[in-house]
Amino acid sequence: MNGPVSVEQLGAELSQSLRRDQILVERAELRTYECDGLTGHRATPLIAVLPETTAEVQAAVQVCASHHLRFVARGSGTGLSGGALPDAEGMLIVLTRMRRIVEIDPANQRMVVEPGVTNLEISKAAAPHGLYYAPDPSSQVVCSIGGNVAENAGGAHCLKYGFTTHHVLGLEVVLPDASVVCLGSPMVESPGYDLRGVFIGTEGTLGIATSVTVRLLRLPETVATLVAEFATTADAGTAVSAIIAAGIVPAAVEMLDHLAIQACEAAVGAGFSLEAGAVLVVEVDGPSEECSGTFAAATAACTASGALRVRVAADADERRLIWQGRKAAFAAMGRLSPAFLIQDGVIPRTRLGPVLTRIAELAAEAGLHVANVFHAGDGNLHPLILYDTARAGEDERAELLATRIIQLCVDAGGSITGEHGVGVDKACSMPAMFSEDDLAAMLRVRTAFDPEGRCNPGKVFPTPRLCGERPGPYRPHPLEEAGMIDRW
Amino acid sequence: MPGGPPVAVGDIRPSIASPLDACIHCGFCLPACPTYRLWGKEADSPRGRIHLMRLLSTGEAEPAAVARHLDACLGCLACLDACPSGVAYDEAIEDSREELESVYRRPFAERVLRLAVFALFPHPRRLRVAMTGAVLAKRVRLPGLVRRSGLTKRFPFVAALEELLPEISLTELWASSRAGRGDGRHLRRSRDEMVRAKGVARLRVGMLTGCVQQVLFAPVNAATVRVLSAEGCDVITPRAQGCCGALMLHTGRGEDARRAARRLIDAFSDEGLDAIVVNSAGCGSAMKSYDRLLAADPVYAERASSFSAKVRDVHELLGGFEARAERHGLEVRVAYHDACHLAHAQGIRSEPRRLLRAIPGLTLLEIPDGDTCCGSAGIYNLLEPVTADELGTAKADSVRTTGGALVAAGNPGCLLQLQRHLGKALPAVHPIELLDASIRNLRPDALRP
Repeated sequence: MNGPVSVEQLGAELSQSLRRDQILVERAELRTYECDGLTGHRATPLIAVLPETTAEVQAAVQVCASHHLRFVARGSGTGLSGGALPDAEGMLIVLTRMRRIVEIDPANQRMVVEPGVTNLEISKAAAPHGLYYAPDPSSQVVCSIGGNVAENAGGAHCLKYGFTTHHVLGLEVVLPDASVVCLGSPMVESPGYDLRGVFIGTEGTLGIATSVTVRLLRLPETVATLVAEFATTADAGTAVSAIIAAGIVPAAVEMLDHLAIQACEAAVGAGFSLEAGAVLVVEVDGPSEECSGTFAAATAACTASGALRVRVAADADERRLIWQGRKAAFAAMGRLSPAFLIQDGVIPRTRLGPVLTRIAELAAEAGLHVANVFHAGDGNLHPLILYDTARAGEDERAELLATRIIQLCVDAGGSITGEHGVGVDKACSMPAMFSEDDLAAMLRVRTAFDPEGRCNPGKVFPTPRLCGERPGPYRPHPLEEAGMIDRW
Repeated sequence: MPGGPPVAVGDIRPSIASPLDACIHCGFCLPACPTYRLWGKEADSPRGRIHLMRLLSTGEAEPAAVARHLDACLGCLACLDACPSGVAYDEAIEDSREELESVYRRPFAERVLRLAVFALFPHPRRLRVAMTGAVLAKRVRLPGLVRRSGLTKRFPFVAALEELLPEISLTELWASSRAGRGDGRHLRRSRDEMVRAKGVARLRVGMLTGCVQQVLFAPVNAATVRVLSAEGCDVITPRAQGCCGALMLHTGRGEDARRAARRLIDAFSDEGLDAIVVNSAGCGSAMKSYDRLLAADPVYAERASSFSAKVRDVHELLGGFEARAERHGLEVRVAYHDACHLAHAQGIRSEPRRLLRAIPGLTLLEIPDGDTCCGSAGIYNLLEPVTADELGTAKADSVRTTGGALVAAGNPGCLLQLQRHLGKALPAVHPIELLDASIRNLRPDALRP
């Protein structure tokens, strides 16, 4: 470092390439960016910019490079692992104004978009051509494709169609030294190292994607959706195993437990029974002949596993409402609790029943409520641990419970995150999954792109600073209170 | 909870102290917000504004810095529908704006502007006089002079107001000054006006005449009375009624709004009223919230809640019972515009559409991106003319794509804004005017202008 550079100096240099309204320095305005969807971690950036073109992103990154300044890219700020948490001594590069659809190529089933375009806008723009973009995170109405690329976002339909990495062909990226490179190509397969594959899912630590070429799929000829209600999550878990064992590859199998149903119904009214212990949303798609067979088999599997009631969506409107209900689950948690932690653990599908039972036991021991809503087909759990900071000790108990649940997933042969990313939230859990050698290898890849470690610092890799922090609204670290360290 | 006892939402969720507490920062509101879509800035999104409101309430942000972003909020409440956690953004922004007004002194030009707006709009008599001045000024081509004088640069509001005013003749303007225009009979005791139901009365309703509505859209009020009567309502129009307070409520002038609310409750104190009918979406949504507005008022709290419970938008009321009057054919293609304070604030979407579709020959058209505010937003187009213009232009383009000959909207603010951006070629009318024309067997060209 050449010593800290002043905000005024940064502003002056940025104004060479950006308009005044694209440069944010006012404290209150900057504070609206202090967290993303993970509100427990907060930091106000030194300065923020709203570039509208690749050249403007490049100019901002160049200013950072010349002062060895750290920077963080942010899209819609919906991430659940704090991937877009700003750096208090760095620049925040907000990409929400880069939301142009650059090119639609229906014949070759691809589209070129800027990073601020939302996931759903891609499918909407593709729909007139009979095409759509398959990965569908629950936040798809608002989350941006740039963030999807950074986090390798998934979604309900990833069970059949795969994750972001399977649907992104090429990327234009601004690297931390302000150079612009293209990774991948519009071709379905390109020779050489798959640097596109390397970039996707690195949570913004290698550079900033400024253009994304996505692959589009033909809209399925038929879609059939059912909602099966069960007395217990264990029964629903059995049904999931039965469906997969029957050789069916459903487009999606989603589970909501009793508590999650309460929140979803209050928010959307999708018609899930408030008395059910669990519901499964099962969808199959494809050619109509194939669908009718697989759908009948899936229905039979639910009934055989003890479903109390199976409802079939009569039309597209009913299906849309069911999905709206499911996808509002996280966002509706404000109806149940003023604060919650979301976990994103993955377990082998066959262990669903026992793991859910164990989570309920752990929750009871902690005296907390846990709502479960998740991609059952993938075994990608999303336990939502509800707590209230106004009640003494609940936040600590919630954090402890979260750690125990994650350990439970790892012990069951699973992983600490399925699709939300590591970010700051689970950086401390990385050593639970990876050896020092593994982490060192990852760090070498990162260093190849970002030798100074200025691009989205403090994410993914465990650092001591983060591990002493607690979830929930900001409270000073014990060492801060003792006057031994500064917050940032 | 496998095997556990059923749990209800209320078992877990403690009572919410502030409407802001329910916000979990998910961002689902972002794409619904017109200003976020224009500028892509967090501080001008509902989530960002909630963040700022919290900072304001804890004293962590300068009022001036917060004011800019709260002022830029249209109050269209599209975010209300988008929010899965049920954050009462409407209540939050009202509370925060009131808090802001108490701690923040606006710059001189803004103070003058607001003073002018509030000295004029909630006062029909003054508004009518001012309008007369405006009409006369237009005749002597004063607007051109004003523009050249540079006054509009200092006060862009003057230009915005001048452009917004509809083409209206002095006769029209003053014809409406006699409430009900003489076709009803006066009730002896209160000098209130009453128009009897055609046939056996189904309901006895009180009617709000509104401020802007009665001055600039007197024909809409007249049509409303005729339709209500034709559909079997005794319509009572209290003379003593004043402004409903919506404009004040939406701009942080809580005390003024409460005063207006109390006066209106007094004006409609007739206990025999089955409903209080409103044909202006903004007024109706404010009147439905009197219960909250006056909750802490020891004298009025109870009356406010029974008042609010009686308030019905005219579409809501008519949609609630079987049509009685015969509908005649009205061959016209009509684009229906959802007024934000009908659709988002009151959840009234299907009723106006159903009423219009029931008119033989009328083709109802949906406006693409119809959930987005037209930029009128009460007096927003006077206070924030640049943003309002951008939204108004976009809305006009969307309306034109429908190929409709008319656009219908249930709110005077929207009608002014739509008319200003659509021009004379595509008239903006209130749905009740269409219904009235159909019942009276008028031809479509009898509608304004």
